[in-house]
Amino acid sequence: MISMTRRRFLRLAAGSALPGALAGCDRLAGNDAFNSTLRRAQFLSQRAQRLLTGDDALAQEFTEDDIADEFRSNGTTMPDSRLYRQLLGGQFQAWRLQVAGLVGRPAQYSLAELQAMPSRTQITRHDCVEGWSAIGKWTGVPLRHLLARVQPLPMARYVVFHCADPMDGSDVQAPASTYYESIGLAEALHPQTILAYALNDEPLPVENGAPLRLRVERQLGYKQAKYLMRIDLVERLENIRGGNGGYWEDLGYEWYAGI
Amino acid sequence: MLRRFGKHVKDALSLAPPVSRNLAMLHRLHPQTMPSATASTAAQRRLFYRHRLPVRIMHWINVITFFLMLMSGLGIFNAHPHLYWGAQSDFGAPLLSIGARPGPDGQPHGVTQIGSHVVNTDGVLGASGGKGAARKIERAFPIWATIPGPQSLATARNWHLFFAWIFVLNGIAYIAYTVLSGHLRRDLVPSRPELRGIGRSLLDHLLFRHPAGAAAKRYNVLQNLTYLVVIFILLPLIVLGGLGMSPRLDTLFGGWVDLLGGRQSARTLHFAAACLLLAFVAVHIFEVIVTGLWNNVRSMITGYYRLPPNKDEETTP
Repeated sequence: MISMTRRRFLRLAAGSALPGALAGCDRLAGNDAFNSTLRRAQFLSQRAQRLLTGDDALAQEFTEDDIADEFRSNGTTMPDSRLYRQLLGGQFQAWRLQVAGLVGRPAQYSLAELQAMPSRTQITRHDCVEGWSAIGKWTGVPLRHLLARVQPLPMARYVVFHCADPMDGSDVQAPASTYYESIGLAEALHPQTILAYALNDEPLPVENGAPLRLRVERQLGYKQAKYLMRIDLVERLENIRGGNGGYWEDLGYEWYAGI
Repeated sequence: MLRRFGKHVKDALSLAPPVSRNLAMLHRLHPQTMPSATASTAAQRRLFYRHRLPVRIMHWINVITFFLMLMSGLGIFNAHPHLYWGAQSDFGAPLLSIGARPGPDGQPHGVTQIGSHVVNTDGVLGASGGKGAARKIERAFPIWATIPGPQSLATARNWHLFFAWIFVLNGIAYIAYTVLSGHLRRDLVPSRPELRGIGRSLLDHLLFRHPAGAAAKRYNVLQNLTYLVVIFILLPLIVLGGLGMSPRLDTLFGGWVDLLGGRQSARTLHFAAACLLLAFVAVHIFEVIVTGLWNNVRSMITGYYRLPPNKDEETTP
């Protein structure tokens, strides 16, 4: 008798607990406040990884033989923007990279000026947040060289990258939806953090971010902002766009993409 | 603390006065296990303190985090349901690929490709129905297997990378405990004679012959080996595979992830280890059910396990 009721109780408990638990998980997973609490674990991960690897650790570099035949493009492959089409039509002669914000000497650079600066070439693995990886050879200006020129002010803590590609339709429909990203100053000063204008010894193709893209080799693909237009040095990220430091970050992805 | 638990085990096994006190305490909590007043002392002796409190707590933390990790992991996998070997993705030649093809009814038809073999997995892998949805949708793992149900890589990552901390810290605490408390040496590592009895143990399992009496106090040799493989091979492998996918951690030792075969291999090994752990959990739950569901569950909640009666013992007056 006792064992029968106990068995029935267990069966009932198991039968109702499992779908109940699943429904509960789904409700929690749909709760933005709960997810943003979970997302705070990224700062624990960031601290642990910094402690373990040190700030200067270099991303693995590969050989010419490892380069992928075709470097996969993800996200925008052709910005739907009138301005970008004009710049592309003029082979980026009229394009200028603006560097502003908390800097002593705001400046703007043409592509030729950037190409005349000291460069770094690195064969690295690009890791997409989706899970795939591709190896490519990037050439560009170390960001720390550029920052040394514009002289960041002491309160500058983040480098924000504003891009040309509108993410929610064309620039006419959604003028304020362009891609943006940000990294901390330590990451910006890392020797492998470069503004790349060449992929596999060729000018950067449009689908990979022409004329200039960021390479932050110790983080995931969505940090590698393409179609760069303006770089801002800032103290805080809260007042920029959605406040989370990047287009995908505003949609729930971690700002720290080293994991 | 450890010493106290050790003493507790001895008390529960002996017939010294503390036994009655312990049992009385147990029976207050669980009246259904109260033996009748006329029960033999042999029956009382059969209640055996099997799992200590730290092991019980860590076991249940592990149960919850394992399923949260598994399901959020499948949610992440769904963002790119293809596995490769090496440092990077050879998109033309995945080891495993879950996808959908247009079916004759106009609905997506789920298929799983392993190497060059294509397996029909429609309804579960590749294409499956949503909640009350009339049409199937293209997704590698079905809605009931992922966290969150509806596809969201961001949310799945938020969950996976949060609960990973709990899962790993709990695992480290468990390994430290098994080593320091002697649980590893005493209960998990099989003795030489036990190892020699492996064929016999295998046969017993296949015939559903379960140890009774004093023999049921110890893990059997297959159980020992399985637990050791899970604790010291599969769990470290799944953690290393996970860490190997982190671009920042890959900076350590100039690319240690090459020891796993490269980042995409690490991802594949992470997935394979998850499948093997799920297989372990399935067999574990099966064995828990067939060897006495309530007795096993109780022993992992209260610590007390009732030894199955030994036939010899039953015939003795």
